[in-house]
Amino acid sequence: MSELAIDVRHLSKAFGNKLAVDDVNIAMPRGQVWGFLGPNGSGKTTTIRMICGLLRPTAGEGICLGYDIARESDRIKRRTGYMTQRFSFWNDLTIRENLEFVARLYELPSRTAVVDETIEKLGLTHRQHQLAGTLSGGWKQRLALAAVTMHQPDLLLLDEPTAGVDPQARRDFWDEIHALSNQGMTVLVSTHYMDEAERCDHIVYLAHGKLLVEGQVREIVASTGLVTFRAQGAGVRVLAPKLKTLPGVQHVAFFGAALHVSGTDRRALEQALAQFADDVQWEEVETSLEDAFIALMERAGPDARLSA
Amino acid sequence: MRGSWSRILAILLKELIQMRRDRLTFAMMLGIPVMQLILFGYAINTDPKHLPTALHIEEQSPVVRRFTEALEQSGYFAFVRRTVDPREGKALLESGAVSFVIHVPAGFARELVRGERPAILIEADASDPLAAGNALAQAPAILDRALRDTLTGPLAHLAPRPPAVNLIVHRRYNPEGVTQYNIVPGLLGVILTMTMVMITSIAMTREVERGTMENLLAMPTRPVEVMLGKIAPYILVGMIQTAIIIAAAQGLFHVPFMGHRWVLATGVATFIIANLSLGFLFSTLARTQMQAMQMTFFFFLPSILLSGFMFPFRGMPQWAQALGEILPLTHFLRIIRGVMLKGTDFLPLWIEFGAIGIFILLVGTLAMLRYRTTLD
Ligand SMILES: Nc1ncnc2c1ncn2[C@@H]1O[C@H](COP(=O)(O)OP(=O)(O)O)[C@@H](O)[C@H]1O
Ligand SMILES: [Mg+2]
Repeated sequence: MSELAIDVRHLSKAFGNKLAVDDVNIAMPRGQVWGFLGPNGSGKTTTIRMICGLLRPTAGEGICLGYDIARESDRIKRRTGYMTQRFSFWNDLTIRENLEFVARLYELPSRTAVVDETIEKLGLTHRQHQLAGTLSGGWKQRLALAAVTMHQPDLLLLDEPTAGVDPQARRDFWDEIHALSNQGMTVLVSTHYMDEAERCDHIVYLAHGKLLVEGQVREIVASTGLVTFRAQGAGVRVLAPKLKTLPGVQHVAFFGAALHVSGTDRRALEQALAQFADDVQWEEVETSLEDAFIALMERAGPDARLSA
Repeated sequence: MRGSWSRILAILLKELIQMRRDRLTFAMMLGIPVMQLILFGYAINTDPKHLPTALHIEEQSPVVRRFTEALEQSGYFAFVRRTVDPREGKALLESGAVSFVIHVPAGFARELVRGERPAILIEADASDPLAAGNALAQAPAILDRALRDTLTGPLAHLAPRPPAVNLIVHRRYNPEGVTQYNIVPGLLGVILTMTMVMITSIAMTREVERGTMENLLAMPTRPVEVMLGKIAPYILVGMIQTAIIIAAAQGLFHVPFMGHRWVLATGVATFIIANLSLGFLFSTLARTQMQAMQMTFFFFLPSILLSGFMFPFRGMPQWAQALGEILPLTHFLRIIRGVMLKGTDFLPLWIEFGAIGIFILLVGTLAMLRYRTTLD
């Protein structure tokens, strides 16, 4: 058995003349939790769909769980759990009916027991006959996760599973992801949240369909070579627009009430900030993942995918 | 193989549950047949009677009176107007207020007695040939009888002579020419075509529109499993519709049932499957429920017009008949009318069954080929 759960090379996908994914390589070992990041429209969903055989790549090839993604998607589907970005279970079926349907499709032995147990673990036993469409967003996501893991897949593909979910539910959801990972599942999860990205073993960042950067959080941050200073207080809001144009300042971003100013040239940056030392207190901080991504996006430039 | 059945069953059960929850569709599936049957069963009449007629009679003589009485008694003509002005007669026809204007000129009886073959003029609104046809066909016979009744004694030599040959016509299978005997069994075919094609084409595109298709495709299902699972519940629906319509045909319209039930049952079953396969094919072509609906109607119209349901099949030109032969409804009409009205057995109908079978094979294969296991 291959050590890699996902091994795709030069994957591209065009819709009409628009290149949604452009020459992406991913080599993901089994048993890890990988984060898939990138702004909206950067090609995360399209890549995931190609990996599990839902879209045919325009170019490129790959192996998923030891099977060819172009020819053996039937095999891949049996061993994969894919949670779609939009809730895609049946709103007009009850929680139980949805799970039983899935259990039948995967031909799970002792179906009733498995479904009972899944509902029990979800804590939905008393609501099992409620229509799935009446659940709140957070519960829908938990139901979907339970449904796609019922057949104990080797690979879990989660497409923005925590979008629009409240913070506590997000935390619970991630505890569940790590629990599944501990059972041996390989997990690829796309997200927009930096705190979630930091809980991943490895990060893949897409921008405009291209793989911009990948690696561990620390490595990615280090690779940018950024120095970051932070200021807090009443004056920072008026400061931001003035800072942006100064030499040495690569980007300026708010984190809550605090202002982060980053640049690669420490000397130039310190000089620039010195002009405002009277107004606010500057303190050097560790460059965050988000700072790193903002800088990377600026270096990547505008979207050039619309081939004329 | 066992897994295949399990997945077909899974999809079938899911479909049944969704059908039960979707009250409106469910009501439509059972309500539409009853509504259409009652509406069209009672409304459509290809032998219209009591057509409004204006009389323009310039002379009252016994023979004229006898003639007009006989026209009215035939049931085809209803005298709604009397006029003395030819221009008024023309205006009435033009406006559609009357279908016929009958003109008997002054001096009719005198010319008749002299043997001068006077004329009676019937002006008909023949813009709809079907509507005027039967009434006009009756007119000569009615006139003959009126003349024979009145031209007696010394005038007997003027009466029309019976023809040299006695032509005997047997109107078999529907001697009284009751329209419903023909229309009501045909309606079963029309209703099944409409509902079966529409329901399946919508059932699949609904999954696409709601985004559940992605989930279905991400799970291990084969196209043929999805198709069978999706189609099976609607076979049941079609059977229920059939039972309702056959019961109504006999209860409300007293349509005879001369043949064997099992021949009809086989015919209905193959016909339903043919329509469901087509619906499934449409669903692989349509992106939205709206498009699926449009395709259904695009197929539905020729089915009604070219199958022999509305207009006599043999009355169409060769190319239209060839087109009609492609439609399952054409063959189903021959089966159901044969079984119910003529008592036809299975053997003489084998061509019709074969034709529907080929349709299923072709359309089913095409649907399988078109069915995408990816989202491309
Ligand atoms: N089925 C499709 N047809 C046409 N364009 C598509 C389709 N799916 C995605 N795209 C386009 O491809 C690009 C990448 O989309 P997507 O993979 O959904 O990005 P992400 O998941 O990162 O937000 C977007 O510009 C989107 O508009
Ligand atoms: Mg996406």
